[in-house]
Amino acid sequence: MSVEMNDIEAVVETTAAAMGLNIPTVGKSVVVEHLTIAYAMAALVVDMPLEDEAEPAPVFTP
Amino acid sequence: MSAAPCTLTAAEAAAAYRAGIFDAEMSVESALSRIAAHDPMLNAFTCITAARARASAAALDAARARGERLGPLAGATFAVKNLFDFAGEPTLAGSKINRERAPAKVDATLVTRLEAQGAILLGALNMGEYAYDFTGENAHYGASRNPHDPEHMTGGSSGGSGAAAAAGLVNLTLGSDTNGSIRVPSSFCGLFGLKPTYGRLSRAGSFPFVASLDHLGPMARSALDLALAYDAMQGEDEHDPAQARRPVEPASARLDQGIAGLRIAGAGGYFARGAAPEAFAAVDVVAHALGAGRSVELPEVHRARAAAYLITMAEGAALHHERIRTRPLDFDPDVRDRLIAGAMVPGAWVVKAQKLRRWFRDQVAQIFREVDVIIAPATPCRAPRIGQKTIVLDGVEMAVRPNMGLFTQPISFIGLPVVAAPVWTPGQRLPMAVQIIAAPWREDLALRVARWLEREGVAQAPVAQL
Repeated sequence: MSVEMNDIEAVVETTAAAMGLNIPTVGKSVVVEHLTIAYAMAALVVDMPLEDEAEPAPVFTP
Repeated sequence: MSAAPCTLTAAEAAAAYRAGIFDAEMSVESALSRIAAHDPMLNAFTCITAARARASAAALDAARARGERLGPLAGATFAVKNLFDFAGEPTLAGSKINRERAPAKVDATLVTRLEAQGAILLGALNMGEYAYDFTGENAHYGASRNPHDPEHMTGGSSGGSGAAAAAGLVNLTLGSDTNGSIRVPSSFCGLFGLKPTYGRLSRAGSFPFVASLDHLGPMARSALDLALAYDAMQGEDEHDPAQARRPVEPASARLDQGIAGLRIAGAGGYFARGAAPEAFAAVDVVAHALGAGRSVELPEVHRARAAAYLITMAEGAALHHERIRTRPLDFDPDVRDRLIAGAMVPGAWVVKAQKLRRWFRDQVAQIFREVDVIIAPATPCRAPRIGQKTIVLDGVEMAVRPNMGLFTQPISFIGLPVVAAPVWTPGQRLPMAVQIIAAPWREDLALRVARWLEREGVAQAPVAQL
């Protein structure tokens, strides 16, 4: 997953607006930094080959 | 006895109390006096329950005078991270916002269980806001300070729990550990810390962070204290839906069985790179003492850590979504900006991360067919300075706050029981812990190994010289 910093800034802008999140001006660049780390982490997770049938860890017991 | 009761281990304090060397009132007053003297500098406590402690002490002394049975922790003092409920106070979880919560009506289950064995609650302890922290810093309440060198971090998020135990303000503390928040401050403050198996101890009456990953556990100055507290806190609790239905499996009775027959290995691969040399030196010292010549490699650890990271971001953000939407300026900025980013994590990543969690669990279960215990670093370095934002590890500069859990995060991800055991290098003021990791539900093995290391003098948790 390769995402440019400008793209992540755009994600932050649009997602924040859509979710009603009012990011303090001083925090915006830090949010971008954290989401950038999340994209790097996600690349490791999403690229992991797992079968469609793989069960997620939490199992609800009714 | 010349040492103040609060500076003893919990087991020593309880033995002295049973022997009539001091009464519970003296135990409480020694703790209150030491807290008054040193907490203004350490900033470990956010609430001191003096009246409650004195009432508990009076009741305990009266019970002893009547010849009633005394619990194994009778006369020992303890304090809890301020995400544990206790009746009459709002549960802060390190936040400013939670001051508006109604006071808790009842105590957290683990508080009740320690008190049932005679331990005396002295108060609530500072922590990183909403437990999203590895530093022990807090914009609202100030940083807790490392008793072994107050210019340095306690680690977090159970920072006050680390400071109070290491300084001998109380005999025992409780913390929580989602990604390393018991083990990181245990490493930085030189304590034994137990993160039990996920689902072992009740979380009822504690403020959550990441429901998929939250654990509660003790921090202490001896492995025996961990075992005594752990045994006291076990047992089913109908108020915790995440708790596993397990029988009570006491660890303290078998604590001194030694290491003979245990198959112990060091963790290679991911756990053998990306840290300061002292982290690996601590592991080498412990592995050598244990005769652990073998190395095992857990697969895809970097992906496991990434998955834990994403689940944490998403679940943490979900928990606080309304608060970050409506009152972002009331958060610690270091926490708020991570939570806001977490609100933007797509669901597809989180579900995949949860699939990876089960896969990783199964892979590691295979490894535990071949070994009983795995040794790994607890933190990638000794305690950084308070306020330090970045650190260079293996030539790479990285942020301190999210990365002190590099080695703890993949282990709690799959809920394995771990004891952090502190190791000291001659000439160094600050310690560094190793993780003693066992298969699910085998806390007894991790505690046995920690106890053996303690008795051999390899791991120690001395009271800080203040």
